[in-house]
Amino acid sequence: MKQRLIPDFTLLALALTLSLFGLAMVYSAGQTDVLTRVTSLWHRQLLWLAMGLGAAYIASRASVRMLDFITPPVYAITCVVLLLLVFIGKGFGTGASTKSWLMIGGFRLGQPSELAKIVVVLMLAKVLSARRDAPKSLLDLWQPALVVGVPWILIMLQPDLGTGLVFIGIFFAMLFWSGCSWQLLMLAASPGISLVLAVNTTIWGAWFLILIALVVWYRPYIAEGVFVVVANVAMGVVAPLVWERLNPYQQRRLLVFLDPGSDPLRSGYHVIQSQVAIGSGGWLGKGFTMGTQKRLAFLPAQHTDFIFPVVGEELGFVGVTIALLLFLWLFMRCVRVAGRATDSFSSLVAFGLVSTWFVHVLVNVGMTLNLMPITGIPLPFFSYGGSFLLACWIAVGIEIRISGEGRGKADTLVI
Amino acid sequence: MNFHPNDVQRRARVASGMLFLTIVFLIGSFFRAQVLQHSQYALASEKNRLREVPIPAPRGQIYDRRGEIIAENIPGYTVSLLAPGEDSLRAALARLSGTIQLSDEQADAVVKRYRRTPNRPAVIFGDASFDLVSVLEEHRVEFPGLIIQAAPKRYYPDGPAVAALVGYTGEINETELGSKDFVGYKPGQQVGKTGIEKRYEARLRGQEGVRFVEVDVRGRVVREAGAREDLSARPAPPLYTNIDLDLQKFIVKLFGDSLQGAVVALEPKSGEVLALHSAPSFDPNRFVGGVSRAYFDSLNTDKRRPMYNKAIQGTYPPGSTWKLATAITALEDSVVKLEDHMPAPCTGSYTYGNRPFKCHKHTGHGSLTLAQAIEQSCDVYFYQLGLKLGITRLVAGGVAIGSAERSGIDLPNETKPNFPTAPANDYFNKRYGVRGWSPAVSMNMAIGQGENSQTVVNMARFYSALATDGNAAHPQVVRGLSEKEKLFELDSANMAGIRAALAGVVSHGTAAASRIEGLTMAGKTGTAQNGTEAEHRPDHAWFVGFAPADNPKIVVAVMIEFGGHGTRSAPIAAKIIEHFLKAATKQAFITEGN
Repeated sequence: MKQRLIPDFTLLALALTLSLFGLAMVYSAGQTDVLTRVTSLWHRQLLWLAMGLGAAYIASRASVRMLDFITPPVYAITCVVLLLLVFIGKGFGTGASTKSWLMIGGFRLGQPSELAKIVVVLMLAKVLSARRDAPKSLLDLWQPALVVGVPWILIMLQPDLGTGLVFIGIFFAMLFWSGCSWQLLMLAASPGISLVLAVNTTIWGAWFLILIALVVWYRPYIAEGVFVVVANVAMGVVAPLVWERLNPYQQRRLLVFLDPGSDPLRSGYHVIQSQVAIGSGGWLGKGFTMGTQKRLAFLPAQHTDFIFPVVGEELGFVGVTIALLLFLWLFMRCVRVAGRATDSFSSLVAFGLVSTWFVHVLVNVGMTLNLMPITGIPLPFFSYGGSFLLACWIAVGIEIRISGEGRGKADTLVI
Repeated sequence: MNFHPNDVQRRARVASGMLFLTIVFLIGSFFRAQVLQHSQYALASEKNRLREVPIPAPRGQIYDRRGEIIAENIPGYTVSLLAPGEDSLRAALARLSGTIQLSDEQADAVVKRYRRTPNRPAVIFGDASFDLVSVLEEHRVEFPGLIIQAAPKRYYPDGPAVAALVGYTGEINETELGSKDFVGYKPGQQVGKTGIEKRYEARLRGQEGVRFVEVDVRGRVVREAGAREDLSARPAPPLYTNIDLDLQKFIVKLFGDSLQGAVVALEPKSGEVLALHSAPSFDPNRFVGGVSRAYFDSLNTDKRRPMYNKAIQGTYPPGSTWKLATAITALEDSVVKLEDHMPAPCTGSYTYGNRPFKCHKHTGHGSLTLAQAIEQSCDVYFYQLGLKLGITRLVAGGVAIGSAERSGIDLPNETKPNFPTAPANDYFNKRYGVRGWSPAVSMNMAIGQGENSQTVVNMARFYSALATDGNAAHPQVVRGLSEKEKLFELDSANMAGIRAALAGVVSHGTAAASRIEGLTMAGKTGTAQNGTEAEHRPDHAWFVGFAPADNPKIVVAVMIEFGGHGTRSAPIAAKIIEHFLKAATKQAFITEGN
């Protein structure tokens, strides 16, 4: 580099503010009237934050070219590790029922799937940026689909539904950023939509008519059109079979999402208690560390998946709004970074990373108010968890690097 | 990818717009939950963490007419258990039974209480002994949902002496919980079961307070106090009664252990109940907080029926005490005058339709006036008076003096007397058929036998009308006005004559043996035939009277079960009256001295 890069201080400050906010909430999550191991976890989270900052610094020192260069081997290694996890992975913590933890010699190394998200973003960016134009047909999507599909299948085998959902989010977000038309995205997504809508035959029927109209309008290759239609019909047919294949806890989660009152003392319990915690916070909350739902252990997983209800309960609507606006600001900033990038790979990476965070925030926060089914994915910068915080800060480092290499000054370009 | 700057800018705008809308949507959702629905969730959160531990209110103390205590409260303890679910409650009970004595029956009762009100601590022991509480306090840490609460406990200093009056309290039962008289009551609460405690439950219960304890998700008590301000219990105001405890205790002593029967003493003008006793009695203190099976069974198997209130529940043929009702009816209707004789003199029996009707005096009374017939209790006179009056008027007169109705005493479970309804012909026709009965029923009726059995309290009420002016109030245990009712109307000369005749009973008539020097007592003995001819058991002995005869201050009805002749009851009544009047004079002296 000829000139010294000026780091994107705003981005750094936003990420740091969110991390400190999150750290404070992890501390509060441990302040309970009931004996819990969470009490001292904030020390560890602080340690992980320090490590994250170090990792972010290193990531920001690596040029984008360098990233581009190491992406394929890292992707390959990641896929191998994920494959290994299917056989040797261990369940732990909130992911007790999934084999997402990598353990060596009895020592928990972390959850590789968190880092895999970044690697998939990088690999997808590489594949998409290698093309001159955006994919125009379903056939064009085979490469990106393969890049996401391999780790996706491995993760679904763990089985980690939440992370799988994030991968799908990354896939569509990056296709959008690469310039795919929305019709194509719809066609690509249609089998999945069919799968979900098949719960109700009437709704599925309506969706099918829309799909036919879409196919006629977009005029894909005939083979593609036929394939999409057949795929949708097939999904509508297999949906009940897939439903039966789901684990009972997954079925319950979905049912509870539709009606939390259906099982208030068991599966619906988490959602109801989360809503009670949030709602009882009111405008200003019950005060930092004073949330009764949390203190008396009515709120489950208050330091990981359900940390946002602690914000709602203790800091109220004001605290929630501040946290969400900080996220919004960070996202906007990162989209701007993607918009100012000098090359398509950087741009796609920048957008892919922010879309990862966005899916996390949407699903995690939405879940606490029962706007989303419970999938158990953490809230960036807030939830306790080493691998995830590390991954988030590596992403911050990459964003800062891309921002520094971007056109014009970080603050001047107007979108 | 398509990387033309214009395209990128366009996509950036679309992405930013979507991000913005999503975050705004989330903020909107939080606004809805945290601001618009705040009160609902705040309530749910409070319900999660707070458990209401009821603080029982002290029941109102019950005093006699001089301020002596009939019922009070002493410190006691209740032990209850807070549980988040039935399973954990059962588990906790199972663990408890390792430390203390807890039968399966008791455990089931606790679970039943829990089911009705899962958010209240389920009562295990309504009245825990100090020893039990000490043991539990020692093991407190092992039972996180355990709540030991100081609770006032009912205590009756005179125990058995006031049982018939005051009744007792006990835990509310399933039937009561379901009835509309106990709306708002919760399982585990103490309620009046009989007597004053039951009748005046609403005035005696007070207002339960609430203590809030904070519990965690497993129902363990995290904070005992300060979670929210307590609502202190409001004790009920004291209840003042008309009872003369000194007289009551004197009566109980007179009965001792051997006699069985009942006494009701009234103030004749106001209907105030001075004393009411049923012997043998029971100890109401042993019922408070749960009666032991052994004690309860021993009471129920006792042939003398201690749990049966003989003063207001037992009905007995009034016998000769009822002759006054016949006399009053005849005088009211001007059928006879006090100095009138009947056609046939008493020769020891009276023949009606080939059948001899005996008089209690086999040698005969000779020819008597009505006043003399009352003094001597001559059956032959009253047979003829009964025939003269006829069954219709006899029954109508009886109904008028209240013989068919309850006395209306303010105690629960009073039995309705057994007496024909007016008009008498319809009643007897319906009961025995048109040809199934003869005018002879009026002969039996006239001497207080036959279709007639009265409660002791009802007879006392009738005699309070004789002692005054024909009016009688409903007997009133608790201080308060009682409405008076006209039972009969006689001119003052007749009233005086009746009272003189009743005074004659004691001075030289059937109760002459119980005469006490310096006391002009009026009254009537009665012997109630008991059982059938074939299975004869000793008669019940009655005496109903008042004193002083010229200005009655007290009416006493004494009934001794299986006492034989009425002369057995008269001395008891005399002693009661003497004691009362002496005490009253002493009281008056003390008051004047001050």
